[in-house]
Amino acid sequence: MSFLLQQLLLEPQRILALDNNQLTHALSQARSSRLLGSLACEMQALGIDKQLPQTVDRHFDAARLIHEKQKRDLRYDTDKIQLALNSVGEKMVLLKGAAYLLAELPVGRGRFITDIDIIVPRHRIDAAEKALLNFGWQTGDIDPYNDQYYRKWGHEIPPLTHSKREITLDVHHNILPPTAGPDVNAGLLFEQLIEIQPGIFTLSWRDMVIHSATHLFHEGEFHHGLRDLWDLDRMLRDFPERDPQFWEGLVSRARELQLTGSLFHGLNYAQQVFGTPLPDGILEETGSWTRAGRKPLMDFLFLRAFRPDHPDCKLPFTGLALSLLYLRSHYLRMPLYLLLPHLVRKAWMRQFEKDKEETH
Amino acid sequence: MQLLKHLPPDEFSRRLSQGEIPLRIGPYVYNLQSNLSGVAAGIRTLYPDFTLAGPDDFVDYNVALLSRNALQRLRGEAEFLFDMKAPFDAIPIGQAYAFLEWGMNWCVSLHTNEYLKLHAAVVSRGDCAVIMPGTPGAGKSTLCAALGLRGWRILSDEHAMIPPNTTDVVPLCRPVGLKNESIEVIRRFSPDAVLGPVSKETHKGVVAHMKADLHPASHDTKPLRAKVMIFPRYARDEPQQLSPRRRSDSFILAAYHSFNYSLLCETGFEAMKTLIENIDCYDLVYHDLDWAIGAMDGLPDVQGEQ
Repeated sequence: MSFLLQQLLLEPQRILALDNNQLTHALSQARSSRLLGSLACEMQALGIDKQLPQTVDRHFDAARLIHEKQKRDLRYDTDKIQLALNSVGEKMVLLKGAAYLLAELPVGRGRFITDIDIIVPRHRIDAAEKALLNFGWQTGDIDPYNDQYYRKWGHEIPPLTHSKREITLDVHHNILPPTAGPDVNAGLLFEQLIEIQPGIFTLSWRDMVIHSATHLFHEGEFHHGLRDLWDLDRMLRDFPERDPQFWEGLVSRARELQLTGSLFHGLNYAQQVFGTPLPDGILEETGSWTRAGRKPLMDFLFLRAFRPDHPDCKLPFTGLALSLLYLRSHYLRMPLYLLLPHLVRKAWMRQFEKDKEETH
Repeated sequence: MQLLKHLPPDEFSRRLSQGEIPLRIGPYVYNLQSNLSGVAAGIRTLYPDFTLAGPDDFVDYNVALLSRNALQRLRGEAEFLFDMKAPFDAIPIGQAYAFLEWGMNWCVSLHTNEYLKLHAAVVSRGDCAVIMPGTPGAGKSTLCAALGLRGWRILSDEHAMIPPNTTDVVPLCRPVGLKNESIEVIRRFSPDAVLGPVSKETHKGVVAHMKADLHPASHDTKPLRAKVMIFPRYARDEPQQLSPRRRSDSFILAAYHSFNYSLLCETGFEAMKTLIENIDCYDLVYHDLDWAIGAMDGLPDVQGEQ
């Protein structure tokens, strides 16, 4: 089940043994998995990049430069977001990519970001939104149904964009929608924040891992699936060095947040795909009989999802597996009595919008 | 060295549909794939003199223009694919060729940063390259096509690629994109103009591309020294003139026309500074192509080359 990109991420020096054809495929897989920057930085750290032909290394260089630019822009944008939130007495708590980059964590090395995610306590979300609107952020073009849907059933408000900056800001108040099975007490997340720079906060190391795993296993589309699993692997190798007690509290924290299921899958697939070292017994501790029973099916689905979104890497039934995971994500997100009317409505809107476009 | 035109038609069609047409274009290898006859015809018309890379060469950009499934074929739609993923929405098949060309531009605009890249046409006379940045509609492509038809070499219609700390431009010669009235203007300008498929009702209107490798040196990959930067502007009702322009203004305008000036950060600033300090800058207002070409032929940097 192994594939070229996976081997290269783990052992970058293997790239030196590849012929031109394999190099073409390696770069193409990395690019379509949004991992070209990460791979580039892994190679640079080992000094391998300069041993490659210049025609190949220029693509890695280009990706590193894009990453550097994103990081510079992120510093600028988060400065402004921080000002906006501070104006109403709220602090800025970064999630996912933005947190990895600004905290200068190994997981952020070469990682591309597409938007900025922050979290604020639910009861402060209106104040935060107003402040951001005052500071030049705007609610994008969104129809009233979708807007209502976000606000009533979502764990975030509709994405904000900035009039002068080409970036989207997602403002969350929880890490899962309230309609999903686990009832996550988001208040707990705010009790263990880490101040990575003055005025810039992230979740605790454990919560970052749990959030990443939760996001991954409730996600419906897996274009970035492999990248997200790579995030998990990097964190799981790095955090135990920052906090020797990291592993001990991880499972109980997941239990507290009602997210042991996601953590189990995250640990399991990080280990299966990237060989992430885990302490003995942790999978049994997070697992359960029902999870063990479903494992063959889940493996069938997820081991297909965690491959580059690239024709080189398709296994038999990859398309079917991705469709089933898409359905699964909706089913996990909300009960059927909400889901079915929502899907019907969306299908109707898609058709309607299509007609509207064509009459332009 | 095998040129595309050396492939027998049926072998070309088979290889194109399987994605086995790796072409050497400037410093890159683009591998092309398409299952659309219009796209195949366009490639045969506009790229016959390009060299095929070998099956064992590294490919920089894998691009495809495909109608991927029964539903797309039924709707008459196709997609541009990069690494077999669609970065854009599907488009009507009638626009496919234009989208392939735009997609190929997009690869360089977004994914290369070894050069300072300006959104500009580049032409040359002898060893003197002229960079012509331009906003859409300023007439840079029309002028570039006309220059190509009068013996100038076309180095690029879209990207001036400048290795930092040099005043060189790296050639990336591909077909010149002509829009709307420009298509007729160029047809009337020279019967020698070879045009590819016409794509109608695109977001830029009617689009057709002109074969650009008309000069014996078109496929040389060696960088050329840029000595002149001209900011062209087509204006029907204004007096035509070619007038010097201040370097400081030109710096700002060229940075505005750059794809990656800010991305390259300090390197970008230094690269632009080196370029602008060593180049003569002009404004060109024109409505008559022959007049504009005459004026450019008369520039001191260019005259010595003739």
